[in-house]
Amino acid sequence: MRLEARLEPSRAMMVAAPLLAVAATLAAGGLLFAALGFDPLAALFTFFVSPLGDLTGVSEWLLKATPLALIAIGLALGFRGNVWNIGAEGQLTMGAVAAGGTALALYEASGFWVLPLVLTAGVLGGAAYAALPAVLRTRFHANEILTSLMLNYVAILVLAWLVHGPWRSPEGYNFPETRMFTDAALLPALIEGTRLHVGALFVPVVALVVWAVLSRSFLGFQIKVIGLTPAAGSYAGFSPNRVIWFSLLVGGGLAGLAGAMEVCGPIGQLVPSVSPGYGYTAIIAAFLGRSHPLGIVLAALLLALTYLGGDAAQIALAVPLAVIQVFQGMILFFLLAADVLIRYRVRFSARVQTGGTR
Amino acid sequence: MTSTPADLSASPTPRLALRGIVKQYPGCRANDGIDLVVMPGECHALLGENGAGKSTLVKIVAGVLQADEGEILWEGAPVRIGSPAAARTLGIGMVFQHFSLFDSMTVAENVALGVDWRGAMADLSRRVAEVSARYGLALDPARRVCDLSVGERQRVEIVRSLLQDPKLLIMDEPTSVLTPQEIESLFAVLRRLTAEGRSILYISHKLAEIRTLCERATVLRGGRVSGTCDPREETAASLARMMIGTDLAPPVRAAAPRVGEPRLVLDRLSLTSETPFSTALDAVSLTVSAGEIVGIAGVAGNGQAELLSALSGEALVAVPEAIRIDGVAAGHLGPRRRRALGMGFVPEERLGRGAVPEMSLADNVLLSAHRAAGMVRGGMIRFSRAKGFAERVIDAFHVAAAGPRAVARSLSGGNLQKFIVGREIMQNPRLLVVAQPTWGVDAGSAAAIHRDLIALADAGTAVLVVSQDLDELFAICDRIAVICQGRLSPSRPVRAATVEEIGLLMGGVFHLEETSHAS
Repeated sequence: MRLEARLEPSRAMMVAAPLLAVAATLAAGGLLFAALGFDPLAALFTFFVSPLGDLTGVSEWLLKATPLALIAIGLALGFRGNVWNIGAEGQLTMGAVAAGGTALALYEASGFWVLPLVLTAGVLGGAAYAALPAVLRTRFHANEILTSLMLNYVAILVLAWLVHGPWRSPEGYNFPETRMFTDAALLPALIEGTRLHVGALFVPVVALVVWAVLSRSFLGFQIKVIGLTPAAGSYAGFSPNRVIWFSLLVGGGLAGLAGAMEVCGPIGQLVPSVSPGYGYTAIIAAFLGRSHPLGIVLAALLLALTYLGGDAAQIALAVPLAVIQVFQGMILFFLLAADVLIRYRVRFSARVQTGGTR
Repeated sequence: MTSTPADLSASPTPRLALRGIVKQYPGCRANDGIDLVVMPGECHALLGENGAGKSTLVKIVAGVLQADEGEILWEGAPVRIGSPAAARTLGIGMVFQHFSLFDSMTVAENVALGVDWRGAMADLSRRVAEVSARYGLALDPARRVCDLSVGERQRVEIVRSLLQDPKLLIMDEPTSVLTPQEIESLFAVLRRLTAEGRSILYISHKLAEIRTLCERATVLRGGRVSGTCDPREETAASLARMMIGTDLAPPVRAAAPRVGEPRLVLDRLSLTSETPFSTALDAVSLTVSAGEIVGIAGVAGNGQAELLSALSGEALVAVPEAIRIDGVAAGHLGPRRRRALGMGFVPEERLGRGAVPEMSLADNVLLSAHRAAGMVRGGMIRFSRAKGFAERVIDAFHVAAAGPRAVARSLSGGNLQKFIVGREIMQNPRLLVVAQPTWGVDAGSAAAIHRDLIALADAGTAVLVVSQDLDELFAICDRIAVICQGRLSPSRPVRAATVEEIGLLMGGVFHLEETSHAS
């Protein structure tokens, strides 16, 4: 058995590789559960199917998929242009801080304009935080992977300082959290009786707009050219700095929006941790969804399921919550492995001719 | 270690015999049953166009690649050459077309790396000095490679091979980067090597060289042997027929071009070098007028890349007036604004600069022609217009492609180059700058590109061609200038120039030029 280079990258494999990766993840997950002494099929059922058994389950699923999809779509824009923003977790956090700060400042106010203002603050907060790696990259050629990643920890510490210190709730019995936001700053429920809020409606809109930018606009063309072949971009006269700025600002803005929707939605206040790692999981969603908005929405749904499945498995099977990261890691691992098949095909024929081993 | 020359030439059996060599790549049979015999003391030419399978064949002999089928006989005995080290042990040395030298290390250090030297550096330096003195390959072992000329770098590669006392030396297109004078001294060395009984396998597509140097030639076409002959008894035309399969109509340049107003004026254009290994441009002045084709000759690495990036707008110039396009100071303008002034540009690298390999031809049209034919409106792409433009280029310039949706990578080098040249010409440029228009392009496409460039100039466009191929420049240009170490010689009419003169200029002898003008 050997790998043989394909003449052309296989388009079929582009689509099939994520499906292969998911299948391999299920198989490996089943083996893992079996090794822990569970019936693998029953355990996988508990993990992936049982959480969706009722309306609450489905609404929680969509609730968790919303930030993943929004962030991943923003990141994908950059990935297409070779801009590797790994700092969505920090941008999400700063978006939450900016939105939360605005909501607290407007604590006395009421009116339809409060919520849009709070969400806009979230977008700007995330975008401003993503501007830091953009400046460092365009001015000083500092690699944005490192700078944006390291800024994640800074953002989380800033949030912790705020909720432990200046923004701590006066009536919160010294818990590290702010006041609950007023109703004017909270996202209305989409389905009554669930936590799913109207923010979920942003996902199809953003997906459509980003799809149009990527596949129909000249700006999207420039991003793709610079991502594929930087020298061709400079021959054409496209500005790489513009692409860096654009994709970091949009990616940061969408991560900031996701952060704002978390604190104005299910959480309702600022707490030391506003995200269970959405900013990192979204990177997997962007890869799994092939940096295509529609693919990303599907990938976000799958990854959101791992969060629910982890909770369910913790309760029903008494396995640690780390099982979520195990499954997310396996998906990315198998995806990267399956991607080899896009450029290579597997040949099972034994070589008969002379030729020698390499 | 050193066997005497008499030993080497005494053997009557072929030094190297290949029988039925086959090498299959995905989608391409690069070698299809090739036979080849090289005798001791023979300089054997391996002749063929780009893509004929020459490089694959010699890589098999040098142990870099393994043949799928066929037999290799070394001095009469079947051998398996599993690695370059195995080839060296047999006595096969190779000088590659692209040098594998470390710029920041000295000559001796580079040689030590290549021959896996474990002794003292002083001993090696002495051996290098010995070998270079014996063959007249002047080299100072202590100099750094970055300070050497291209010809000297090639000598390092040759000395490195000779230290292993090879019985067969493979030379892959050794003259493509040399001046005519450097070529002469290389040939003297090669003749001395064959006189000692060593065999040389000499790969080239330059017919004149082969006729002066080689006693026997094997001609490849499309992965098969299309003929063997004594090149001294053939004419350049008959060799070309064996190589290409058809006779080619040479491009015809009208006797005297109707020259109009200046379209490109370079006025003491200078550019400081960005890295220690790039060349600074030093007060380059040149005028290209409507209706004429001006050529810039020169050995690679003398500032062509820097000049081209200054012309295209990829490198900006501090003094805007140093570059004037159609009278407008343009040194500070980027590529898109220069295109708006009517400049077209064909870069040296087709795949990866002139075109995005993974994108379709229709998408690649957008790269440089996006302002033409209303392809972009309101920030959105009108794909039907880009597709139509690509279709017109494919038709008008006879590009062999599956259609506008074919990805650029799927085209052969010649067809992609026709497409890129066509894409620029279809925008009706007032000035067209072309780098290496036919480098690595098959002869049929090269002739078509030459005809297109001449037709464009006849229609009134100013054309500037930067090329290392002197034959090409002499065939299509009206005037020719030479770049050497970042300085540009004054241009002279092609009809008044000789190859020797240009060769001297390429070697940096500008002084003679000035005195001969004064006389």
